[in-house]
Amino acid sequence: MHDFRYHRPSSVDEAVKLLAGKSDARVMAGGMTLIPTLKQRLAKLTDVIDLAAIKELKGIKVEGKAVTIGAMTPHHEVASSIAVKKAIPALAALAAGIGDPHVRHRGTIGGAVANNDPTADYTAAVLALNATVKTNKRSIAADSFFKGLFETALGEGELITAVSFPVVDKAAYMKFANPASRYAIVGVFVAKSGASVRTAVTGAASCVFRCAPIETALAKSFAPEAIASVMIDGKDFNSDIHASAEYRAHLVRVMAQRAVAAAA
Amino acid sequence: MPTVSLEVNGKPVKAEVEARTLLVQLLRYDLGLTGTHVGCDTSQCGACVIHVDGRAVKSCTMLALQAGGTKVVTIEGLARDGKLHPMQAAFKEHHGLQCGFCTPGMIMAAVDMANRIPNLDEKTVRHELEGNLCRCTGYHNIVQAVLAGAKAMRA
Repeated sequence: MHDFRYHRPSSVDEAVKLLAGKSDARVMAGGMTLIPTLKQRLAKLTDVIDLAAIKELKGIKVEGKAVTIGAMTPHHEVASSIAVKKAIPALAALAAGIGDPHVRHRGTIGGAVANNDPTADYTAAVLALNATVKTNKRSIAADSFFKGLFETALGEGELITAVSFPVVDKAAYMKFANPASRYAIVGVFVAKSGASVRTAVTGAASCVFRCAPIETALAKSFAPEAIASVMIDGKDFNSDIHASAEYRAHLVRVMAQRAVAAAA
Repeated sequence: MPTVSLEVNGKPVKAEVEARTLLVQLLRYDLGLTGTHVGCDTSQCGACVIHVDGRAVKSCTMLALQAGGTKVVTIEGLARDGKLHPMQAAFKEHHGLQCGFCTPGMIMAAVDMANRIPNLDEKTVRHELEGNLCRCTGYHNIVQAVLAGAKAMRA
């Protein structure tokens, strides 16, 4: 790892000031991706700005029909929150399946969403639940947040402060996990709210995406059989040592069916 | 160089470290606490698991500076007055180790697991051990040891 300057601001404003004018400065949330990246020298930074001491970024609030999770809330807190389990059980279950217990104690929702790893779990929840990503500058709808491989709508000096998830009627997340890393080879999050069904797929392509053929079929009939013969176009899917594009396309349908069966 | 102050196994520690110093490097090289191991160095194997403010973390994936102001417990901090911690005793009793390389991380993960989950069963233990690899593949006895150790901790 190349050396850098380490900062630990106590407010978002202070963090943004520290970032200003430094092209090779980055903020660090839990560090579960950034530290391995630095260790492999895939990045060389002048400044690392640790957000851990910013109290305003932590905590879970359930108000009315929304669950709002502070950006620096670790996965373990979400997974074990009684309030989240009650309001959106699928979200707590998803958080409980990220990495392993030690990673869940450090990794945060803000870090995971901002990083937009193509195999991340949380991105699928944000997109399928039609969440709102709140930053120090604005609120961004899930549909316009994820832009591509590790790319988001976040601009210069813009930090995620919280993610707000609307409570839905039924939801579930199912993933076919890489047995070593627990990242999703394919993960599907299904959410039903009234007549509307949203389905987000992670792990299959370069960025989390919504799957229109599955959503249309499930809107007509919210049952695993309804998508049994849906064709998934996998021509742009990832193909690697873990799974071919064809296999991933197959897994999208299977995970979607399992998610519908499990939805609560 | 920046300075970091923290508590390690109940004792205050102050050290000058480069910002890039990992917490495991501070423990092993600066403090000589070599019970915490580095296996994969890629946050997968769990040989480096320690407790920071009561939570199990992978010390190869945390900067020493991030631990400023925290209370750290390593495998060296578990025994009390020359007496093994109940989880250590259970690993000895149930032969929860073969080569022993993964053992410190396994025990620290097991103590954290037992602290968090009141009624551990075999399925839960196996799921909770996903972040700890034993390349001797001696999981059977490790799981038995964790179950016995957790029970002894509650006694």
